This record gives sequence, C-alpha cells and structure tokens, in this order.
Amino acid sequence: MNHSTRRLRYVLKRLLQAVPIVFAIIIMNFFLLQLAEGDAVDVLAGEAGSATPEYMAELRAKFGLDKPLPVQLAIYLKNVLMFDLGYSFRHEMPVSQLIFDRLLPTLLLMVSTICLAVGFGIILGLVAATGLNTWRDTAISIFALITYATPLFWVGLMLIVVFSLNLGWFPTSGMENLTKFYEGWDRVWDIAHHLVLPTITLSLFYLALYTRLMRASMLEQYGQDYVTTARAKGVTERRIVFVHVLRNALLPVVTMAGVQVGALIGGSVIVESVFAWPGLGMLAFEALFARDLNLLLGIFLLSALLVVAVNLVVDIIYSSLDPRIEVG
Amino acid sequence: MTNLLEVDDLHIALPAGGQRPYAVEKANLILEENEILCIVGESGSGKSLTARAVMGLLPRPHVHIAQGAVNFQGEDLAAASDARMRQIRGSEISMIFQEPMTALNPVLTIGVQIDEVFRFHGKMPAKERQEHALALLNDVHIPDPEQALKAYPHELSGGQRQRAMIAMALALDPKILIADEPTTALDVTTQARILELIKEMQAEHGTGVLFITHDFGVVADIADRVAVMQNGLVVETGSVHDVLHRPQHAYTQSLIGAVPSLSPRPARARAQELVLRVKKLEKTYRSGGGFLGGKPRVVHAAKDVTFDLARGETLGIVGESGSGKSTVARCIVRLNDAEAGQIMLGDVDIRPLGRAAMRPFRSKIQMVFQDPFASLNPRAKVGKIIAQGPMLQGASADEARKRAMDLLETVGLDAGAYNRFPHEFSGGQRQRIGIARALALEPEILVADEPVSALDVSIQAQILMLLDEIRDRMNLSMIFITHDLRVAAQVCDRIAVMRKGEVVEIGPTASVFETQEHAYTRELFSAIPGKDWFAAPPPETSITAIR
Amino acid sequence: MGDFWKRFARNRSAILGLGIITVIVIIAVTAQLFFPDDPFSLAGRAMSPPGENGFLLGSDSLGRDVASGIAHGAKTSLLIGLIATLVAVVIGVIMGALAGYYGGLIDDLLMRTTEMFQTIPSFVFAILLVAIMKPSIESVVIAIAVVSWPAVARLVRGEFLALRNREFVQACHTVGMSDVRIMLGEILPNCLSPIIVIGSLMVATAILIESGLAFLGLGDPNVMSWGFQIGAGRTLLRSAWWVCTFPGIAILLTVLAINLVGEGLNDALNPRLRERAS
Repeated sequence: MNHSTRRLRYVLKRLLQAVPIVFAIIIMNFFLLQLAEGDAVDVLAGEAGSATPEYMAELRAKFGLDKPLPVQLAIYLKNVLMFDLGYSFRHEMPVSQLIFDRLLPTLLLMVSTICLAVGFGIILGLVAATGLNTWRDTAISIFALITYATPLFWVGLMLIVVFSLNLGWFPTSGMENLTKFYEGWDRVWDIAHHLVLPTITLSLFYLALYTRLMRASMLEQYGQDYVTTARAKGVTERRIVFVHVLRNALLPVVTMAGVQVGALIGGSVIVESVFAWPGLGMLAFEALFARDLNLLLGIFLLSALLVVAVNLVVDIIYSSLDPRIEVG
Repeated sequence: MTNLLEVDDLHIALPAGGQRPYAVEKANLILEENEILCIVGESGSGKSLTARAVMGLLPRPHVHIAQGAVNFQGEDLAAASDARMRQIRGSEISMIFQEPMTALNPVLTIGVQIDEVFRFHGKMPAKERQEHALALLNDVHIPDPEQALKAYPHELSGGQRQRAMIAMALALDPKILIADEPTTALDVTTQARILELIKEMQAEHGTGVLFITHDFGVVADIADRVAVMQNGLVVETGSVHDVLHRPQHAYTQSLIGAVPSLSPRPARARAQELVLRVKKLEKTYRSGGGFLGGKPRVVHAAKDVTFDLARGETLGIVGESGSGKSTVARCIVRLNDAEAGQIMLGDVDIRPLGRAAMRPFRSKIQMVFQDPFASLNPRAKVGKIIAQGPMLQGASADEARKRAMDLLETVGLDAGAYNRFPHEFSGGQRQRIGIARALALEPEILVADEPVSALDVSIQAQILMLLDEIRDRMNLSMIFITHDLRVAAQVCDRIAVMRKGEVVEIGPTASVFETQEHAYTRELFSAIPGKDWFAAPPPETSITAIR
Repeated sequence: MGDFWKRFARNRSAILGLGIITVIVIIAVTAQLFFPDDPFSLAGRAMSPPGENGFLLGSDSLGRDVASGIAHGAKTSLLIGLIATLVAVVIGVIMGALAGYYGGLIDDLLMRTTEMFQTIPSFVFAILLVAIMKPSIESVVIAIAVVSWPAVARLVRGEFLALRNREFVQACHTVGMSDVRIMLGEILPNCLSPIIVIGSLMVATAILIESGLAFLGLGDPNVMSWGFQIGAGRTLLRSAWWVCTFPGIAILLTVLAINLVGEGLNDALNPRLRERAS
C-alpha cells in the first residue's frame, strides 16, 4: 500500500468517524431544545399577544409537538438533514437562511485569525526555542504568558481605546463602511481595514498558545536521538532546525490547531460582539438577548459542523506531515 | 607513524553537584587503522560518553571535556572548531547508535537521510548521489534497496533500520566508525548478522572501529583489542585474546567470571510429580480490520503450546521477540486469557476460571517481572509492596509484616528496606524486592519473565544465583523466560525453544544443547555472541568469586 | 513534601504567582470588611475618575464603586473557578479512570463523547447551557464544568492506559487484588501530579470563561463579577476608560498568577518534564 492511498484511506476513515459525532450533536441539540422552558408554540403565542388554548393545541399538532418524543426526534433529524433548522420568530426568517447570510464574515475572521495565530505562533516559538534562555526567548515567553492570561473582550476594548478612539487608525466597529458604497478593490481594502482589530484581538490568545506549544515541542524534539544522528552526519545546525526538528515539532501544533477551532468559534462570539462584526457570533449575541433559542441552537449546530470540516482539513495536512498515520 | 586515533588523558566533566565530578577520568585509548577496539563496561562506566567525546557530541555545556586531547591523525578534536568538527563528522568519523528507531528521523525517508551525508560533504549531482545511496543499501544487504530508499524508518524492521544506519555511516568511507551498542536492541539472530556486516564492512574499507558494548560475547566475536572501563576509568587494555583469557585487573576478572557460560548445568533427577501441565494452549492477537482498514492482521502468540513442569525443576522458555514466550507466561499466571487449551494446575484447569474463581489459585503461581523499575509501585513502600499479597489472601497485618521481614532477609536485603521507597534501591536490589513479593504468597510455581535482562552482567549473576538458591530451598518449580541461551544454560533443567508462537523443540537442557534438532535452534545457537570463546576452557575465575 | 517545596520555590515566577494569588484571596475574603455596602448600590458621584470623590478606582455611570466591584468580584471569580474545576476534575477522573482501565466498549463510548465535546465549540455550548438554565451561579458552574471535564478525562485515560500495563499493576493482579483497589490504591496515586497540574490550569480557564459569560450578560444578575463590570462599562469607553480597564487588569493578574503557579507545580511535580498533556 503506497503513501497516497494510505493517506486517502486515513482521511476517509476520519470522515466516517465524524458522522456519528455529528449525529450525536444533532440529538443533543434536540434534547437541549426540550430542556428549555416552553416550546415554539409558546413563543409564537407570546409573539401574537394572546392565543386560545385550542389554537395553541392546533398549532402543536401542526408542528408535530404533540407526538411522542422519539417521533419528534425523528422529525427533527429529518429536518436538520434537509437543512431546515426551524424558524426564527424574532427575525421572521428561517434559521438556516439567517445563519448562511452571516457565515461568510465569520469564516473571513476565522481564516485570517488562524493564519495569523498559527503562522506567527510557529515563528515565535521557533525563534524562542532556537535562542533558548536569551533575551529573545525571555521576551517571547513573557509576551506569551501575558496574552495567554488576558480575556479576549478586554483586549478588544483596550485596542479600541488605543487604536480607534485615541489614535484613530482603525474603525471601532462593523465590517465595512456601508455609507460609502465602495466597490471592487476599494471594498476589499475597506473590509481589510475593518478586519485588523478583530483579527488581532481574536488571534492574540491563540498566538500565545501556539507559541508556547511550538517552543515546547521544538525543545522536546531537540532532545531526540535523531538530532544526534544528524549531527553525527555533519549536517549543519540550520538544516537540523529547519528540516529535522521543525517538521517533527509541527505535528503537535497542527493537531492543536484542529482542536482549538471550536474554541476559536467561541472566541468569535465575544470578539464579534465587541466589534459589531456581522457574523455568526454577533448573531448568537443578538439571539441571546432576544432569547431566540431556536436560532442559538442552529448557530451551535452549524459551528460544530464547521469544526468537523476544519478538522478534516487539519487531518489532511497532518497526514502529509507524518508518514506514520495508522489506517487501523 | 601516528595512530589513527589517540585519546590522551581525557577527562569528561559532569555538572556540578552530581554523584561524581568526572564521568570519565584519565582515559587513554589508541585506535589504529583497520582494527576494532571494543570498549566494554557496565552502565555508568563512561563508555558511551567517551565515544561521544570523540565525535564532539557531548551534551554541552553541562557535560564537556575538561582536560586531555582527542588526537585524530595528529589533529586535536577536543580543540577543533564547530565548523571543523562538522566537516569531520560523517566524512572522517561517523557513528551508529543503539536504537535505530529513534536514531532515524521518523518523518524523512531513508533515501533523504542517506542523501544528507553526501549533500553536506562535497558537491555531487543529485542523480549520482542517489546512485551512491542505492549502492550503499546494496552493500549492507538490505532486501529491495530501491524500495528501502523511499521507505520511512517505521516501515523497516529493526535489523534493516540498523543496516540503513550503517550504510549512512559508511557513505563517505570514513576512517573511523564509532558504534555505540549497535546490536543491544536487536534480537540475537539479527545481532549476529549485523555484527557480521560490521566486520565485513570494516575489512573491506580498512576502517578503524570503536565499538562500545557491555557484552563480552560480542567482544569475543568482533574485537581485535579491548579496553575495559569501570566508573569512568579505563582499568585494562589489551588484545582480545589476552583480556578474555588472561584478564589482569580484578574487575575484568569478575566481569568475565559473571558471564554465564554456555555449558549446561549438570542434569538433576526429574521428580515424578507434575505441578503444571499446559496442553494445546492457543492465543491470538488481532489488530487492524474494520470496514476500511482492510484485512485484520492475526498474530499467533501461542499456537498449540504443550509442556509439563515437574516439581522442583526449572523450565526455560527461550525465544526471540515476537516468539510468544512472554504471552505464554502471562497466560499461565492469568494476566492474559488464552483462547483454548488447558492449564492444569494439579487437577484443576485454571484457564477458563473467572476472576473470583481464580483468586484461591493466585497464590500458587507467582511472577517475577522483567523491568525492576516498572515492576514496583513508586508510591508504595517496600514493606507494603511485599506484604499486601498475603494480606489480600487473608493474613493478618502482623503475620504479613513478619513474612515480609523474613523474605527481605531471604533475598539478601536488610530489614531497614521495609520502610523505604523503591527509588532508593538499585536495579539489582529492586529485582530482589520483586522476588520477595512473588515469594510472599508461598507459591508452588514461580514464573520469571526475563528477570535479569535489564541488569548488568555482574548483578545478573547474583540474581540467577539467588533464584537457584530459593528454588532449592523452597522446593519451587520455575518457568524461566529468556531470550538468552547462555542464561538458560545456567539455570534451566529443561528448555523449550519457541518461535512465532510455537514450541519448536523441548527437552532436557543438555540434550537440546547437544543435538539442536530443529533448524531454528541451530540458528539460535550459531547466533550466540562469543560462542567460540565459551567453547574454549573458561578462565579460572567462577561466579562465586564475585559474590 | 519539603523536597517538593524546595523545587517549587526555586521557580521565582511561580512564587510571584503564589504571592499575587494570596493578595487576591485576601482581597476576596476582606471585601465585606472594606466595602460593606452592596457593590451594586450607588456610592457617590457617577463617572468619577480614579482618585476623585473618594473613589480609589473611579465610579461608573450609575455611581457604583469600581474598586468595591473588583473586591466583591474577586470572590465570585475565585469561587466559581474553584468549584467548577473541582466538579470537572471529579467527573473527568472517574470517566477517564474507567475508560483507561477497562478499555473496550466503555472506552470507545467515552472517547466518542470527549471527541464530541472537542468538536462542539465549548464556549458557545456554555452560553447555550446558561441561556437554557437561566443565569445563576449554579448554572454558570454547571456550564463550565460540563465543557471542562473532557480534557481531564482524556488526560486521566491516557495515564491509566499507560499505567495499567505497567508491571507493578500486573503484579497486583497476580496477587488477586480487586479492580477498585488497583485503580484507587495503585494507579491513581501515580497520576496525581498531572491531575493537580491540569486542575490548577483549569481554574484559570474557568475564570476566563466565567468572565466571558458575565461580559455577555450571562452572569448571575445578583452577584458582582469582573466580566459584568467590563460589560457594563463598554459603552463608556470614550468617556470613562477606568470602568473597563481595572476589572480587566484584575482578571489578567489572577489568571496569570494561577498559570504561573500551575507551571511551577508542573516543574516541581514532574522533574523529568513529562510529555505534553493533550
């Protein structure tokens, strides 16, 4: 079995493993919905102001809410699989449409954050590990230690105070300046300008995380026997760092990058609400205030799916870095 | 003419505050062209650090050369710059290591790793480099070298990995090859082939080889000259014949005396009573499978294994890794569950017994484990470790304590050990504690799974003596698992040779040694390092000399 | 023990962390003494800058004392962090021990569960749980514990998996020791150090999650907390920077100090630098 078919099988296996997890999340979602006080009809009746008990019973029958739990679950599963996540009575729109409208800004924020955090994390970790116990190492370690302990929302607010309110370099909120009707590259530039502060805010914590991990991983790999072998072959220190150690040290960082995607989405709720970034997180924040549970659960489900998707990408990257993947 | 390598008054300093200031002191060694110099010593003797000092690979700054010179063709390597050392390493002096799995980078192919040697020493077009690498793999007799070039280390067997390492080390035809216990992690038959290869390569290229080992058998097979190290000092050097047959220094004498000889112990009368009968034991391991994983791999760890154990006798089960010898041991003490067959303990078949039903039989069969560091709970005191067995079987605290005290004495430890933690003891002492624990339940059968393979040779001899003594005194029957025929010769009345889960040959030790009926048995015998030396009359010293 | 303390004390940053934590604990314990009034009550002129009108750290738009809020918030943060971590560690140890020791179906089940928990965005999940249960101290603790236990379970499972095949554990089987006794008496003491380390670091994470929830308005409405202060002050960024700034520094210092102590514990308990606990 050669490497590429092995890799394909590995990725397929991981894909299949994700299926039960997705189902479990959907089922859990359903039960969370049951846990919440009142059902969709109560909400609907509340919206309408007054409703007779007969009318409500009729509505329940219509939505299938009078059926036994397993039947309701089956209906819910069927609906979810058809991307029907219910109806948001606040926004008077299907939840799925609301979510898809807000997906793109969140993806934009996440991708830029991952690039920044993972990229710089690897570089900083590398610099710290190669200059162990020098001022570079100390400075980077202290920086990582402090950012690792700072709450995201506070960093966001402080960045706004300094860079938006005092210096006026970056806008305080939003994704683009809607009043100016930019088009083409102007619009891209405008969005990028708005993207800077949210991205920095969201990435700081993860930057610290990956820096620390990369540093520890590099140091661990430095102690391995194959480094001695490479030295015994007369290979330069440069190549030892960049070819031998780096590639092995990246493995746990890549794994961690996959694990942290979920946390990143959690962070984006906070960052988006601080910067009024019109993504899923902001939508979740709005849904929270409006007590729109249906919408909140929909966002939750989609973000979980997003994590599954990103993890799959991570698996593909991982399989190209580590030849020892098991297809067992 | 100057010697190829002269180590002159070498001192290697250890970090301050350690057990001793120098790892190596006043070491003088000479290596000539086209010879193999073996440095022999037990763990902690400083032999590996000496080798690394020559390569300039000491874990600086904590460990460094404090004094002395390493003269390589008249150039002092101890004073050479990093750049110069880099030039020398891999081209003039190269090195192979003990554990080829960790010594190779897991994420790079063998081809890339060999290629590096060429790339960093002189210029050569890529195509030529590849041809060279291929030729090298051919030279070290790797099957299917083309495939091996593209393979990652985990895809090769242990022996093949070491061959690849050797190919890499010899790529630029170095003047000196340093081999740091290169066969210790390998099976005995693989070891024999690798030793042969090293010799072949050395003769072909006229290389000077600095060979580090702890095994006098290996020394006898491969060395031209020998240096013996103890606690950082070179205590004796000389030709291999002189050192092996006429050792001068007391330490060398005791070391050689402790090497188990290959002549089987005198046969004893076998008792009529059979305490254990194992019949047609089967155990398989499955791995992989599932609907995407392809075919599951089935490994027979025990296949139709049948043997008897008489009262008071020691049965050796000998085999290489993967032979299933440990699995059989674990099935008998019921740590593993065999799938079929019988394990008759007296009149009871204990194989199918559940946990509760097994409990009363537990005390009859006890086990001594291989790794003296992993086999004792680091958080429990020695007394508790020994006494908890009897207490679980219903003895009162006082009884258990008394028995533990008695046993500590039996295994040669003082009573003060009772209240101490395992980490305060040496490997040999820990193994004694492990034996005491096994004896605490007054078993009829003792199953010892490689009980001495993790120990230095002098300690090894003491533990073997202890086991023998205890067996006689307590009228124990013993199953002794080992990979080392020399050890088996010393303690076993009967021997079963296992291979791939099957017993290929079983019989009294002397007759197995003599007839070697099965081809695999013959292979095992011919692979024993230093067998010709053993065949020669042993030196005057004996085991008792070092007790 | 003395040995442990010596190794711990050698780490200067860990001692610094311990010092900071001690100060914060003292502040939390004496909050009632120095600020006997309800931190939600009007204490004086609104929007006073730090140092003016008798406000050490200023007041917010409703005239609430920022310093009093920080002192009372310390109690909330530490309490929630500790209790949530304790709950998560207990659940995690039980689940991880069972899965690692027995393997097989129970292990599969647990691993799938923790994988699911790794897949769902934990903070969003915590938001959801608190929103469904209605915000209160209890619901916040439950939510944090629910999203935190899988990490402990994975760690403990790994330790048990490695230790259950160690020879000293097998020796216990050969003398007929019961499973419960092996797990509690033999294996667990040998993996206490990594559990202590991950537990201490989890307190820090719990405090961060709590402050995030409170910032979003999901804290207990009757209890003062740092996250709530910042959330309430964010509209005043332009006019009263101090309302947001000081509680944030409080969070930063607390979390930093706990992390420092956690790392100190790690170094002191695992002198041979144990492999990453992930």
